[in-house]
Amino acid sequence: MELFVQQAVSGLANGAIYALMALAVVMIYQTIHHLNFAQGEMAMFSTFIAWQMLAWGVPYWIAFIITIAVSFAGGFLIERVIFKPIHNAPVLSYIVAFIALFAIFNSLAGFIWEFTIKPFPTPFGKAPLLESGLLSMHQAGMIGVSVLLVVFLYLFFRYTRVGLAMRAAAENPESARLVGIRVGWTTALGWGMAAAIGAVAGLLIAPIVFLEPNMMLIILLYGFAGAVLGGLTNPAGAVFGGFTVGIVEALAGTYIPEIGNELKQPIALFMIVLVLVFKPTGLFGRKVVQRV
Amino acid sequence: MSEILKVENLRAYYGQIPALHGIDVSISEGRVAALLGANGAGKTTTLRAISGVIRATGTIEFDGRSIVGSLPETIARLGIAHVPEGRGTFSRMTTEENLRLGAITRRDERAVVEDMERCFSYFPILKERYNQQAGTLSGGEQQMLAIARALMLRPRLMLLDEPSFGLAPMIVNDVFDILRRINREENVTMLIVEQNTSKALELASEAYLLETGRIVVSGPAGEIRADESVRRSYLGY
Repeated sequence: MELFVQQAVSGLANGAIYALMALAVVMIYQTIHHLNFAQGEMAMFSTFIAWQMLAWGVPYWIAFIITIAVSFAGGFLIERVIFKPIHNAPVLSYIVAFIALFAIFNSLAGFIWEFTIKPFPTPFGKAPLLESGLLSMHQAGMIGVSVLLVVFLYLFFRYTRVGLAMRAAAENPESARLVGIRVGWTTALGWGMAAAIGAVAGLLIAPIVFLEPNMMLIILLYGFAGAVLGGLTNPAGAVFGGFTVGIVEALAGTYIPEIGNELKQPIALFMIVLVLVFKPTGLFGRKVVQRV
Repeated sequence: MSEILKVENLRAYYGQIPALHGIDVSISEGRVAALLGANGAGKTTTLRAISGVIRATGTIEFDGRSIVGSLPETIARLGIAHVPEGRGTFSRMTTEENLRLGAITRRDERAVVEDMERCFSYFPILKERYNQQAGTLSGGEQQMLAIARALMLRPRLMLLDEPSFGLAPMIVNDVFDILRRINREENVTMLIVEQNTSKALELASEAYLLETGRIVVSGPAGEIRADESVRRSYLGY
């Protein structure tokens, strides 16, 4: 029983990061209806920016805030420069743009900071939380920061004008334009926020997986699994999906001997396939009905 | 009376196919004009061209200012509220949020709350549906919500695309009565596209008859209603 609780709780910590990546992916999916393959690489690049600042001696939380701001601006710019011009293009153009972004960020990070694995500091400390030993301080911090961010986003979308406008633009762009919402700007804002959320995820997971240009590959895969599980059309579902994937991953690795640590990664893919076969809209997604 | 909307030689295309072959419409401030015609005549296209949803060439002047080629969000901010075909409801949001979205460009929060109350005086049913998801409202209620949402912009010109569509005859009467009140009490100019010709001609002071992208007859609504031959050949009643 103790092992079970311990694994579930530690799965929750990783799940928090998957939830953030799922949320970032869904945020962009809501506005442009495509999955951003480069979301993880953007987050990795953000984490390197933070690492660089830390290496220059900037205090952790100041580096944290600057990284979020820079990532937000970067995501915003990426939309304006790359995706706005192709917004009417077929799906293949998007895929090529995503792959290009992926490759650019990946090799640029390797070029600037090299491919060697770097340790990344935690602001919370590695000591166990309380006496229980269930969680390390850092894992508790991962969960805490992620939950805070999700709550903040919920309040933003629920109670602010800009949040309302962004939701309207995602649901019905033409009607949104007719009430005067500048849909181009809300889309770019969504990209900025997704990039910022990814940056938080990167900074929180880096102390565990260590920093290197490929560190987010698997994380994003789990994020995708969470988003698909919860439903790509439902941000709250995606968060739930991310946490679920984290717990399932930890428990399966512990209790199914054949899986162990080596086969943990295919679990994410397996879950994606399961969901797509049996419930393509995800647990909380809406069926999109198109009138013809 | 000054012209609030002046459309001259308006041409629009769907891909390569011309949909409008040079249309002239002008409306004086405070009046109601009806745009009539069969399916596919170009009525909806005309409204969509005016509100900037589709590209068009020619002259479109709103209050003396050219709006041809402007973005729909820019045109909306000038005070043109388009109630689109199919109502354009934000169906996953509540009635309240839909109304707030109508006023999303406005900064005068207190006046917005007052305007919402005024909308409820026109459409009391919306107050009962305040926290209900708009997609679950009946067709008539959604049409009322669409009109109320447009009103929240404090528009000077409303473009209404088939407000009677899919509504029971009694509800149609209600909706047109309210439109008449809005026109008089709020001094909102209206350009209304309708299949329900007799209703539209009762409300409007001028009417334009469209056929395959051209205006074939125009004039005071009363004359068009009285003209037997026009009625038979174009309006079918």
